[in-house]
Amino acid sequence: MLNSWFIVITAFAYLCLLFAIAYYVDKKADMGRSLIANPYIYALSIAVYCTSWTFYGSVGRAASGGIAFLPIYLGPTLVFVLWWFLLRKIIRISKAHRITSIADFISSRYGKSTTLSVLVTVIAVIGIIPYISLQLQAVSNSFYVLLEYPELTRPPPVSERLSLVGDMAFLVALILAAFAILFGTRHIDASEHHEGMVAAVAFESVIKLLAFLAVGIFVTYGLYDGFGDLFGQAAAVPAVAALFTLGDTSSYAQWVTMTILSMAAIVCLPRQFQVTVVENVDETHLDKAAWLFPLYLLIINIFVLPIAIGGRLVFADGSVDADTFVLTLPMAEKQEFLALFAFLGGLSAATGMVIVAAIALSTMICNDLVMPALLRLQWLRLTEKGDLTGLLISIRRVAIVVILLLGYAYFRFIGQNEALVTTGLVSFAAAAQFAPAIIGGILWKRASRRGALVGLSLGFMVWGYTLLLPFFAQPGWLPPEFITHGPFGIALLRPFELFGLTGLDSLSHALFWSMLANIGGYIICSLWSRQSPIERIQAVLFVDVFSRSGQASGSQFWRGSATVSDLHALVVRFVGPGRANRAFAEYARVQGVDLSKVHEADADLVSLTERLLAGAIGAASARVMVATVAKGEVVGLEEMMEILEETSQVIEYSHGLEQKSRELEATTAELRQANERLKELDRLKDDFLSTVSHELRTPLTSIRSFSEILFDNPQLDEEERSRFLRVIVKESERLTRLINQLLDLAKLETGNVDWHMEDFNPRGALEDAVAVAGGLFAADMVDLKVDLDGDLGRIHADRDRLIQVVVNLLSNAAKFSPRPNGVVELKAEGRPDGLRVSVSDNGPGIAPQDQQLIFERFQQANVSLTSKPIGTGLGLTISRQIIEHFGGDIGVNSAPGAGACFYFHVPTLAAAEGMSLSPAPLGASAQSAE
Amino acid sequence: MPYSILVVEDEPNIIDSLSFLMRREGHDVRVAQDGDAALKAVAAARPDLVILDVMLPERDGFEVCRLIRANDQWQGIKIILLTAKGRDSDREKGMAVGANDYITKPFSTREIVARVRELLEGT
Repeated sequence: MLNSWFIVITAFAYLCLLFAIAYYVDKKADMGRSLIANPYIYALSIAVYCTSWTFYGSVGRAASGGIAFLPIYLGPTLVFVLWWFLLRKIIRISKAHRITSIADFISSRYGKSTTLSVLVTVIAVIGIIPYISLQLQAVSNSFYVLLEYPELTRPPPVSERLSLVGDMAFLVALILAAFAILFGTRHIDASEHHEGMVAAVAFESVIKLLAFLAVGIFVTYGLYDGFGDLFGQAAAVPAVAALFTLGDTSSYAQWVTMTILSMAAIVCLPRQFQVTVVENVDETHLDKAAWLFPLYLLIINIFVLPIAIGGRLVFADGSVDADTFVLTLPMAEKQEFLALFAFLGGLSAATGMVIVAAIALSTMICNDLVMPALLRLQWLRLTEKGDLTGLLISIRRVAIVVILLLGYAYFRFIGQNEALVTTGLVSFAAAAQFAPAIIGGILWKRASRRGALVGLSLGFMVWGYTLLLPFFAQPGWLPPEFITHGPFGIALLRPFELFGLTGLDSLSHALFWSMLANIGGYIICSLWSRQSPIERIQAVLFVDVFSRSGQASGSQFWRGSATVSDLHALVVRFVGPGRANRAFAEYARVQGVDLSKVHEADADLVSLTERLLAGAIGAASARVMVATVAKGEVVGLEEMMEILEETSQVIEYSHGLEQKSRELEATTAELRQANERLKELDRLKDDFLSTVSHELRTPLTSIRSFSEILFDNPQLDEEERSRFLRVIVKESERLTRLINQLLDLAKLETGNVDWHMEDFNPRGALEDAVAVAGGLFAADMVDLKVDLDGDLGRIHADRDRLIQVVVNLLSNAAKFSPRPNGVVELKAEGRPDGLRVSVSDNGPGIAPQDQQLIFERFQQANVSLTSKPIGTGLGLTISRQIIEHFGGDIGVNSAPGAGACFYFHVPTLAAAEGMSLSPAPLGASAQSAE
Repeated sequence: MPYSILVVEDEPNIIDSLSFLMRREGHDVRVAQDGDAALKAVAAARPDLVILDVMLPERDGFEVCRLIRANDQWQGIKIILLTAKGRDSDREKGMAVGANDYITKPFSTREIVARVRELLEGT
């Protein structure tokens, strides 16, 4: 059995060690060297989440409910792993606005509303008091257990304790108050970091983790032979084995409830907001903390179930309070120093929470509750008094003492009969009421002050009625009928079965109703109320914090005038001369101005002043204070808002202009393109006319020349006369042909052709073409072979036009065939994809680069330098137009020196039917050609 | 007195008629059917006048004209450009490359004879 003084001295020495750490780190910080600026300390400080609730309570919960203790850690894990971006946004906003607490955050968001900050503070204090009492309860219980075991396996009633060693809980409360005062109220600018406190809390997180692991390992490997042995023995005891199951269906609601609650708590608990947001020194630390903190939670939870089961097995008679297993198991095995270590771990868990919570709450009480009230009391003349830093610090110190005393009172009169976890969850449910206002506030610009006020009030009232009030029935302050029959016997108002809602545990029930009232009121009132100008500004600054990082504060819209000396004096009064001078000097350096020579302060300096004050007394109070020295229109917000809206209109207008100008540019580009195209067309037309002119003038020249020669030279001999006349006739024919073809082409291209389309077998038409062109071949001694065998199918075409194409191809072939030994072959085949007709010769062939060109107008392939082929240069162009009209295509296969094979396809009726089922390459471009 | 005339043209019928006209005037006529042949003919024997069609295979008439003018030994050769394109821009281009005259097809036989006579005897 441990000597009581030994325990007390050890505990006290441990607290002194903590203080030494904090003191050292603070001193270093004052010298400009931060020892805590790394993500590991940051993550460990966030682990202040694990209080004696975790250290003792989880085991107690697990001993009766199995893994039901887990959701409390699931929630924070989810938030850090999945919703870290929300935390990042909150941190970014808080840094930009020098947010000092969760009340400050909510109040700032909703137009720096004093009412709101007061409400949040009240909720926070009332909501957190049970939580603080829980820590006091845990510390004093653990002390008694350590002292009295095994004679005393349950903590004695409070009335008996006073006769023992004085009330340990009271003593602990006082010591922790002193500690919190030492850590938390050295500086007055609360937005500066309490580095010493953070270091101490991080150290405590290490100790509680090690202590818990030590006990866990002792139970698992000391008392039993590892996890397998432990769980194996447990499975043999039916009552204990039941812990491994999820329990009945009602526990699912509880799981969801607890997960949601703890998700809200990790953001909304004042102490978590303090370490995660206010004390954050570098936003990027969050990246590592996002997995380090969940990892911490995982590790500390590994041995919860083994210890709980070990306790159930060792103390099978149920005589030992499960909340004390962490201590009693080592004690039962005479491991007194391990028990002492566990005690220190529990002490760490409790003190860490109490200190941070007390500092966070005292800041809120001072900035958001007391100062606004004092500043409003005209007879105090506070706005005119000198240095107020002393007053501020005193308020905070008193607040800390009051908070701890309230915590003690709650423990003493109400909470002592409850399990640790039950008390803790009441606080969680209170903190969760902040979640809608915070989450909504950073995501939804429309959310208004009125909405936040109504939502928070309703949620808080329902919370108080359904969770807090029933606790008062137990000490006998309220009749028990209040719970069983409802107030005044109205069954619908029974606090645990509000409006007849049954089937839920009291916590889920309370969460359901309070959140329904909170979120419902928040959304409906936000939608129905009109935001004031400052609300709108703050809403934009909060929601768009990432896109407006350059604009830190709404105060820049301030247009009131103030003198530099007034502002300086104001800052000195609240943060002290040293800090004020430093801040102003820094401002002068950055802005490059000599403040001693400047009389009128600019908007930036006013804004800086407000932010400095906000750090000390909260945003709402800071606004009031700056208003006392800024002359003229104090808050010309309506006007500013107009300017802002005007600006945004101008921006919108210029956006519109930009848009128009872009459209104009696009149109211009299109026009330019169209113009280029027109120019190109004009050039083509010009070229065409020039070429036509050339083609027409050439035969005309011969005709005119020889006509004139004949006219002027009557003495010419007969032979010469007839030669010249023959030229005139031939050239006239050429001219006629050319004109006909030009007109033909023009008609084809403009679509003014009377097509006589009909279904027919092409063989007859091909034979007719051979007959027409036959004379040509006979005259030129070119051999024509014709192969029209096989089934050619039927086509849909203009018969005469088809003949025109074939004659054209045949005459071309005849022209280009060698003399003698010219051979031309006409071949037609009926193929699955249609009719294929080809005309091949054994002439000089066509170079690859010319094979496309020859189908263009007046583009004849150059065959040789000396003999220009006779022709108009339009035949192939016309042929292509015709074939494409038939839905076919025309082309040439050739190589220089190897002859040329002109071919065309025309779809047969059978192939056309098939084509409607499966598109064939044939005629794919037919429609576009017309 | 007889002059040496080079007819550069790729259309056989026009060659026929120009040759007839020039011979009737008493000149010596040689013929070339493309630009390269024309330059070779000029190099082989310096003509007094060249009737030069613009639309020729290979080198066109403008270029042949420019190349003749570029050679110092060939100064003094009279050049008449003959074209079937009636565009003003072509006429200007013809003058720019140093042609002495520019006649559009279809030409009047009397006019071309008169122009040739003018150019040859005006010197």
